[in-house]
Amino acid sequence: MAKFTNKKKKSVTPVSTASLPDIVFMLLFFFMVATVMRDKDPLVEIKLPKATEVEKIKNKTRAAFLSVGPPVDRKRGSDPVLQLNDDIAEVADIRQWVEDTKNSKDEEDRKKMTWVLNVDKETKMGRISAIKQELRQSSALKIMYQSTEDVKVSGNK
Amino acid sequence: MARRELAEINAGSMADIAFLLLVFFLVVTTMNSDSGMKRLLPPPLPPEFVPPPVIARNVYEVLVNFNNDLLVEEKAMDVKDLKAGAKEFLLSNGDNVLKPLGPALDNFPIRESLSRDSVNSVVRSFEVLITQLETELEATSDALKIKAIEKELKTANSSLNSSLAEQYAFEFFGKYAPLPSSALISVQNDNSTDYETYVLVNNELEAAIRELRDEICLAKFGVLFNQLDENDEEDKKKILAIREVYPQRISEAEPLDVRGFGG
Repeated sequence: MAKFTNKKKKSVTPVSTASLPDIVFMLLFFFMVATVMRDKDPLVEIKLPKATEVEKIKNKTRAAFLSVGPPVDRKRGSDPVLQLNDDIAEVADIRQWVEDTKNSKDEEDRKKMTWVLNVDKETKMGRISAIKQELRQSSALKIMYQSTEDVKVSGNK
Repeated sequence: MARRELAEINAGSMADIAFLLLVFFLVVTTMNSDSGMKRLLPPPLPPEFVPPPVIARNVYEVLVNFNNDLLVEEKAMDVKDLKAGAKEFLLSNGDNVLKPLGPALDNFPIRESLSRDSVNSVVRSFEVLITQLETELEATSDALKIKAIEKELKTANSSLNSSLAEQYAFEFFGKYAPLPSSALISVQNDNSTDYETYVLVNNELEAAIRELRDEICLAKFGVLFNQLDENDEEDKKKILAIREVYPQRISEAEPLDVRGFGG
């Protein structure tokens, strides 16, 4: 009997945690590579629409974002508002913003800017049309409707 | 004096430090989807612009109301049938590349056969015109005249480019039937249409064009349309040829009933 208990005690060996830092570092590097820094404070809530015919934004320095959606701050109500840079703005401010954004870029990038419409899917088109008109008037013609890539939309294919 | 052994640094807290860094990156970064549908807005119209007359059979009219319902060619349609409808419209009575030219269909644009020789002669005439204008440009020193010639040169160049696309189509496919230049898909939405529906409708129309282009590209070149490299001389010609057979002409009727087309 004594022999048996002795044997049981011996078999318990602690699991080595020496490789734990390596595993965590690996995870860390994965996240550093696969994600991007949050460069702006979202002031509006956005659920993007889905689409199949999408392209990736290749060069982020040549993209400028206009966000439209219900404000995060509930005191502002629930009507969709426009966010440019880090501020809530009016549609009339777009022209100035386009100018400023263009001026902050290199000569080369300036001509190849893409204006990305980052719009909540429940926004009414009246607002978007007004924004698009404003972009047109400021000669910001290359636009993109930001959407999440989806293999299937609305059950067809 | 006895030498002291160098104490080994305890690596036990390494995992904690790494975890801390990991959590930091999880919080400050986002895995956002930076993808979307590209579009080109039409440039602002001059105030004296008169829109060209619309030929009803050449326009595939898509209306979206406040309730996100579709009215396509004056018939109610479910959004999932839109792609098939648009494909039918763009194919019309046959592109003469994969599908032979058939009789004209009701309410669809008429693709007419174009002869290779006429395209070649048009290309030649534009080339002659351009060289003529260029020599003229070098000869003159009058600033006003230079401006006028430059303007002429610009239109001549754009005409040459569209004729060249026709030439490439003949080169690669042997024969084809072009869509009339006024054939387009027109989308008009209500101010209360949801953005989601708008994107969906545009997505379906774009998918229709992409599928038609892929079909022809796969049959003739053995690759998908977006696998052609725009920076490659030969592929660029192929792209132009396919675009000539299935042009992407989706226009948006402007709000406020200013019915300008473009895009």
